[in-house]
Amino acid sequence: MTAFFTALAKSRTGLVGFILLAFFVLVAIFAPWLGLPSPIRGDLTARLAPPTWTSLFSPGAHPLGTDEVGRDILSRILYGSRLTLTIAATAVILGGIVGTFLGIVAGFYGGIVDRILMRLVDIQLALPLMLLALLVVAALGPSFSNLVIVLALTSWIRYARIIRGQVLALREREFVQSAHAIGASTMRIMLRHILPNVLTPALVVATLELARIIIMDAALSFLGLGIQPPNPSWGRMLADGRVYISTAWWIVTFPGVTILLTVLSVNLLGDWLRDYFDPKLRTTR
Amino acid sequence: MIRFALGKLAEAAIAIWGVVTIVFFVSRVLGDPAVLLLPIGASDAELQALRSSLGLDQPILLQYFTSLGAMLRGDFGMSFQHMRPALDVVLERMPATASLSASALVLGVLIGAIAGTIAALNRGKLAELIVMTAALLGQATPVFWLGLMMILFFSVQLGWLPSSGSGTLLHLVLPAVTLAVFVSASIARLLRSSLLDILGEDYVRTARAKGLLPQTIFTWHVARNALIPVVTMIGIIAGELLGGSVVTETVFAWPGIGRLIVQAIQNQDFPVIQAGVAVVATIFVFINLAIDLLYGVLDPRIRRQR
Repeated sequence: MTAFFTALAKSRTGLVGFILLAFFVLVAIFAPWLGLPSPIRGDLTARLAPPTWTSLFSPGAHPLGTDEVGRDILSRILYGSRLTLTIAATAVILGGIVGTFLGIVAGFYGGIVDRILMRLVDIQLALPLMLLALLVVAALGPSFSNLVIVLALTSWIRYARIIRGQVLALREREFVQSAHAIGASTMRIMLRHILPNVLTPALVVATLELARIIIMDAALSFLGLGIQPPNPSWGRMLADGRVYISTAWWIVTFPGVTILLTVLSVNLLGDWLRDYFDPKLRTTR
Repeated sequence: MIRFALGKLAEAAIAIWGVVTIVFFVSRVLGDPAVLLLPIGASDAELQALRSSLGLDQPILLQYFTSLGAMLRGDFGMSFQHMRPALDVVLERMPATASLSASALVLGVLIGAIAGTIAALNRGKLAELIVMTAALLGQATPVFWLGLMMILFFSVQLGWLPSSGSGTLLHLVLPAVTLAVFVSASIARLLRSSLLDILGEDYVRTARAKGLLPQTIFTWHVARNALIPVVTMIGIIAGELLGGSVVTETVFAWPGIGRLIVQAIQNQDFPVIQAGVAVVATIFVFINLAIDLLYGVLDPRIRRQR
């Protein structure tokens, strides 16, 4: 663990990503205690107020301006990050568990199970993920749990493919063969001998997937299929702000900058994790 | 090679069948189109009559096999909204999506290839840092937000380019550039790392030792091999482009298939959703089939796998 953090501290990009991401997560967690205006109730006397800064260190009442009903943009971005990050993290974990499990099963058993699972992966890959997500959210309706399910659904295949490849190699290794020889049950071999060895690649995929899922979540809510108003969501803020693009640039600017910085921090951390654990995984993306 | 090609063709057929099946079952959960088509306050009898005329009252499996057979003949039914065959409605939008995706792909690959090569040949210099930072930012930027920023800058502030619609070549510029940014970022990062791998190979050192000109080495030994993963990447990117065009077309009001599908979902126009997704998936499957075959030609080892 210490070695891990020493290595992290030495890499400039990995460290920047880690600090940025930690900052976003902390701000999201503590948003209700930061003394922000309500993200849902607007101040009608301050509609479409531009960002006000008297000097660099003294922001006005609305540091990032307000939207068409006078809601504070900063407050909406921060409260929006709570939902977005929760949805994305849950989807990554769910997709990761399902994908890792199926990847282990496919790689370990091989044969018909493997062929069916991999054909399923191929079929799903033939459908652009964005279209699949659109289709399913439109069918199920945009609730928190449905969004998580849809995003996890677009995600499991990435884990399954990579984990399967790892398991194919692990299966032939001596420690697995000897576990077989002493009569360990299949379940025991998969859980005690295979699983611990695929956790690092799974973690690397998870980080890269987190970035992709945050963008896809924002895209879905941009199209009106994300978390529903009045709850703030980044994509929805951008969609609503489009109408005012010629008069109030700040509405469409800041939520996007937030998405960019969040995804960038996750990507930086993910790239570093991949190189740290296994440079050979580089071609998997 | 023929066995390899036939195998790939069979895989493609199975993939298309799978996609159509997914789309059929998912879109039947969407809601009751009969309710939407009739004016509010229509009687139950009218509703039933419409359902049976649309075939919506039959068992779901029967509906599935009937429509699967019809879909194979290119018959996706009448669009509820446009009252014309759904496939026609979709195919009409095809040129718009094709021109947008193709120009974004060409532009993106071109910029990405140049940037990636510059980065790899200037290892550790300022040029590499600039290219790689730009590529990282490009990958982290949501396509639709980049589109909004383009509109804000080039249409609202400068007034140079139209913000939405289609018709002239000028309308194509903003959406195509927006999509191309994402493509070029991925290509640049991939090409750089694949070039760097190959520059470290023994055969490149041998070529240098033979005293070949650096240009000769680069064209014949390095670039050719570095392009193989890029060719694969283009298959993945084609999918991202087709998906990304959904949001881009919405941002720029570009009359393509992506926007059509989004509107069809809002209007619960099943036949158009099915036809649209089936057409997009089929294009995507064929692009990847072409790439697989090309790959088999480029690298004989791949033909013998499996």
